Amino acid sequence: MEKSELPDPFEKARVDKGYGELNDQDDPVTMLLRLKDVRKTAHNYKTFQSAAQPGRIVVPSEVNIRDTRQIPFEVDPPVHGEYRAIVEPWFKRPLQAEYQEKLTAQIASLVDEILNKDTVEVVNQFALPLQSRALTLLLNTPFSESETWISWGTHVFRSEGEALDADKANILYDYIDQEIDRAIENPGEDMYSVLLSSDFQGRKLSKDEVKGVMVLTFAGGRDTVINAVTNSIAYLAEHPESLERLRKEPEIAAKAVEEFIRYFSPLTQMGRVVTEDTAVCDHAIKADTRVSLCWASANRDASVFENPNEIVLDRKINPHVGFGFSHHNCLGATHARQILKILLNTLATKVGSIEIQDYKENIESLDEFERKVGYDRINVKFNKLT
Amino acid sequence: MAKITFITSDNESITLEGSSGSVMALAVDNGIKGIDGDCGGVCSCATCHVHVRPEDMEKTGTASEIEADMLELDDNADEFSRLCCQLEIGDHLDGVVLRVAK
Ligand code: HEM
Ligand code: HEM
Ligand code: FES
Repeated sequence: MEKSELPDPFEKARVDKGYGELNDQDDPVTMLLRLKDVRKTAHNYKTFQSAAQPGRIVVPSEVNIRDTRQIPFEVDPPVHGEYRAIVEPWFKRPLQAEYQEKLTAQIASLVDEILNKDTVEVVNQFALPLQSRALTLLLNTPFSESETWISWGTHVFRSEGEALDADKANILYDYIDQEIDRAIENPGEDMYSVLLSSDFQGRKLSKDEVKGVMVLTFAGGRDTVINAVTNSIAYLAEHPESLERLRKEPEIAAKAVEEFIRYFSPLTQMGRVVTEDTAVCDHAIKADTRVSLCWASANRDASVFENPNEIVLDRKINPHVGFGFSHHNCLGATHARQILKILLNTLATKVGSIEIQDYKENIESLDEFERKVGYDRINVKFNKLT
Repeated sequence: MAKITFITSDNESITLEGSSGSVMALAVDNGIKGIDGDCGGVCSCATCHVHVRPEDMEKTGTASEIEADMLELDDNADEFSRLCCQLEIGDHLDGVVLRVAK
């Protein structure tokens, strides 16, 4: 197996029956594995709801570690749409030329820093700072804030070895509370201030609602981006021909990004709570149990994707669900796409080759499935393009 | 060269000329409201949804199977719906009128 490969553990179950079963903290989950079922289920918010008890739609469940409702993530239409309308223009800012220039400068200076170092641990020394610094642009907060976020490490919600850790989650919650208080006292042009002054149903957003949006922005955009960046580096290390191609044809970068999102599927799955007895692919599902939309499996569905287990850098038709589908599709996708696109183009112009030295894989254990999502750590050397 | 007309949700009509590339790219480059083209044209985001004027369906053709599967779950879709990143510009599209879905 190539070091950068992410095998598809779901194939047999997807083809044979279409679902998998996962027991998570005595609240079992039926994992939906086929692209069409995942899409239909994501679309049908009445039977498969997000507005359940906070934390329950996340797998592993977070009901025991938090009460704050994430917005718009844990809200269903029509109210969901009202929240989305408030935040969507803000999350589209990465399309602006000025935003992209700043992001390009950030990424270029980070790449310059690590070029020709004997060894770089990509997760902590590259992906984490890249993600944290880029987030200052999305939040429109001072660059120096990124130092605080980097200091939290990759496991902001958990202690080493423990899946969920309330004390760790509190670091983030306390930080966000402080930032909201600061923005109330001293409003500026940052995301907290903008949210606090937003109108919702004839009133301003409450402090709790602003907190719900901000926690989600931190949580949803952290591991996902770090995984995507790290996996991209590992892939390019093993595929110098792809790096070369990006150098010659920079215009394919946008398609390459979509293909990476499909293949890596940085977010494996997301759950929904079932509101009435129903069935998916002839399998009965009971009210008040959970299903999950397994993006990672759907993205390897051979009935839709030719050669699903191969990275086809300029795959032309690529209806993947790596950023989700329908109402809750990823709000941070515009930002994430820009990060990855600029990263690829920057690497292509500055880096000649990348050598993998050693690594430890990050394997998600999902009862009957074991899925590699990326790396806990991976040491590489970036060689300057000469 | 093909002239392509977009009618946006606030009923503004804009005619653009193009000779190559996708209709989505033409619209995005010219800031047509309601066409975002988030996925860059690989058929995964449906932010390039248009309704083709019925008499122009002959020119554009109907949606491919993968496109139709995307549109099936769009509450706003009908038999004239296309994802315009899947429409390649060429002389055959000259004169088409597209109503932006969003
Ligand atoms: C490569 C990176 C990313 C991937 C693969 C990804 C994936 C996803 C997926 C699959 C969903 C759908 C969840 C569902 O249906 O319940 C989602 C939702 C969401 N993501 Fe991302 N995400 C990424 C980056 C980001 C970033 C950078 C942010 C923000 C900074 C972000 C914020 C959100 C939010 C707020 C939602 C909820 C939207 C809603 O409920 O309406 N994501 N993401
Ligand atoms: C809404 C508030 C959220 C909180 C409090 C939260 C909390 C957590 C926690 C505790 C973990 C560690 C789990 C473990 O180690 O097994 C985690 C991991 C992760 N979360 Fe979230 N999460 C939130 C939302 C999201 C969203 C919206 C997304 C994506 C759309 C997301 C994507 C991820 C990913 C990709 C991982 C990494 C899995 C891995 O690499 O092991 N999270 N999150
Ligand atoms: S641009 Fe994404 S589907 Fe057409």
